[in-house]
Amino acid sequence: MTNTSALQSSSQWLLELYRRMCTVRRFEEAVSELFAQGRVPGSVHLSVGQEASAVGACAALQPGDYIVSTHRGHGHLVARGVELKPLMAEILCRKTGVCRGKGGSLHLADLSQGVIGTVGIVGGGLSLATGAALASKMKGDGKVAMPFLGDGSSNQGSFHECMNMASAWSLPVVFVCENNLYGISTRFSYVASTPDVADRAAAYNMPGVVVDGNDVLAVHDAAREAVARARRGEGPTLLECKTYRWHGHFEGEDVIFQGRSYRSEDEIEQWKLKDPIAVFGRLLQEKGAVTAEGLAEIQAEVRLLMDEVVDYALCSPWPEPEEALEALYAD
Amino acid sequence: MTVMKMIPALNEAIREEMRRDERVFVLGEDARVGPFGLTAGLAREFGTERVRDMPICEGSIAGVAIGAAAAGLRPIVDFSLCGFSFLAFDQLVNNASMLRYMMAGQLTLPIVFHLQFGALGSVGAAHSHTNYSMFMNVPGLKIVQPNTPYDAKGLMKTAIRDNNPVMFFVPAGGRTMLGDVPEEEYTVPFGKARIVREGSDVTVVALGVMLQKVEKVAVQFEKYGIGIEIIDPRSLVPLDRKTILDSVAKTGRLIVVDEGHATCGVSAEISAMVSEEAFGSLKAPVLRVCSRDVPMPASPPMENYVIPDEKRISDAIETLLD
Repeated sequence: MTNTSALQSSSQWLLELYRRMCTVRRFEEAVSELFAQGRVPGSVHLSVGQEASAVGACAALQPGDYIVSTHRGHGHLVARGVELKPLMAEILCRKTGVCRGKGGSLHLADLSQGVIGTVGIVGGGLSLATGAALASKMKGDGKVAMPFLGDGSSNQGSFHECMNMASAWSLPVVFVCENNLYGISTRFSYVASTPDVADRAAAYNMPGVVVDGNDVLAVHDAAREAVARARRGEGPTLLECKTYRWHGHFEGEDVIFQGRSYRSEDEIEQWKLKDPIAVFGRLLQEKGAVTAEGLAEIQAEVRLLMDEVVDYALCSPWPEPEEALEALYAD
Repeated sequence: MTVMKMIPALNEAIREEMRRDERVFVLGEDARVGPFGLTAGLAREFGTERVRDMPICEGSIAGVAIGAAAAGLRPIVDFSLCGFSFLAFDQLVNNASMLRYMMAGQLTLPIVFHLQFGALGSVGAAHSHTNYSMFMNVPGLKIVQPNTPYDAKGLMKTAIRDNNPVMFFVPAGGRTMLGDVPEEEYTVPFGKARIVREGSDVTVVALGVMLQKVEKVAVQFEKYGIGIEIIDPRSLVPLDRKTILDSVAKTGRLIVVDEGHATCGVSAEISAMVSEEAFGSLKAPVLRVCSRDVPMPASPPMENYVIPDEKRISDAIETLLD
């Protein structure tokens, strides 16, 4: 847990980080509730428990920087500042969604916030970010690309191809790996040749940094340094955030997997004790940055906001069927 | 007019477009030296940032091009032989063809993917693919296939200026073909076929080096007063349906000759299209003369047996005329 830099940051900034984590949490909980009510078409992969890595990393970016997200991407986009109403509407596949219902949960994107895409194929978005970083370098516009990835994708060929290229050409990429120990039901430790994902960074001649992914300040500090390094033209960094997802790989996992479980209730409970939001809240109170009432107020505001967001999405119209034929080609 | 071969014509097109638009750049294995000719000499003029040697990672080469296009550049990817595109299938299908659609038009991806197809002669199955049909049913891509130096240069310019991902298939066996190329600026539009030869008895649509074989056969049939109309589609997606259908309305007989396979090939697509839209014009079923359904064997007698030859094309024409 970082200390000095935390104290030096303004209270306002710390509370903003807290608020953003609460927003991600409440957003994901709202999606979970809607899914349970049968109101979410398709499948959703929630990031409850992983709020610190999304918020800490995205907070290091400037407007104009790129992110590429994954199937477990809602939190990244909320943290990046994508407008919540169109985001929720897209997950509900409505016409007012950020992709007009064409993408759904797996293909959320908002170019205006630098979200080039959310790629549902594991590891399929790493090269998009690497390419955007290449373009930045060629144009000299100083932008940084931050692809998110999971522990599972660190075994995909594209991970190695992109780590290599980004390093060979000192591209401004910050690879943010959220290692939550599992790829669906497969333990990373069983299918990986190295204990940490970050071990692989040395093979590609870049820094590999391991942080407590549930410590938003630790994530933020590391991300800020990696982003600065990239912007200075010194090349990429692999940032591995150790974290854990509270929910299943997707919502409804218990039903679909028919009780075929892969992790113990005990393990889940142990990680819940390391709730990034609760832990940060306690830290803020200990340091006198806020009172318990202050935190409760933030949470209440976030709840109220999310109620509006959910209402907006639920009241949004469905796309016209023929809209399926639009936007295939550019003129 | 200058007489040129196809690859120098493509090289000229790329060079001119790189001068015209600074966002255009080239990525590919060996792009800098361009030993096979496509990108030869470009790095000398435009530098190695804009003509970039890539590591051997076709999937990520495609993905990097897509990401760069998303960030506002206009990449040209040289895959070299089309068999290498299989490594990039995920990026081509799940990203290049679909990202714009999934994002409801937020993204524009102006990318050209250059690929060579067809048998080179005894190089074995992995280097002898003809796989444009595998991309024809991926909505969101455009696919063109020039067969003359004139069309190669004109279509490449159009492809580079097009704001969509374009798969640009060039016949590997066409490198020796000479043709007239104008010195002044010109482009060839997508979606317009070329009538190579007019005739009123049988329509033959042919691709790649099959066109030359069909032309030789047509000369033979002319001696017997039989007119073969030869169509070079040039553009597979979008396909010039009108030119093909008008020809079938005239002749009533259609053969598609393709070095790709018949099963789910471009010949199957054209056959289905004609059967749906010009059934009344047809005097006989649509025939397909294609590479036999085996991987391409290396040994010349076997390879020549697999690839359509003039005899198989003649036999098909005679079948239709019976």
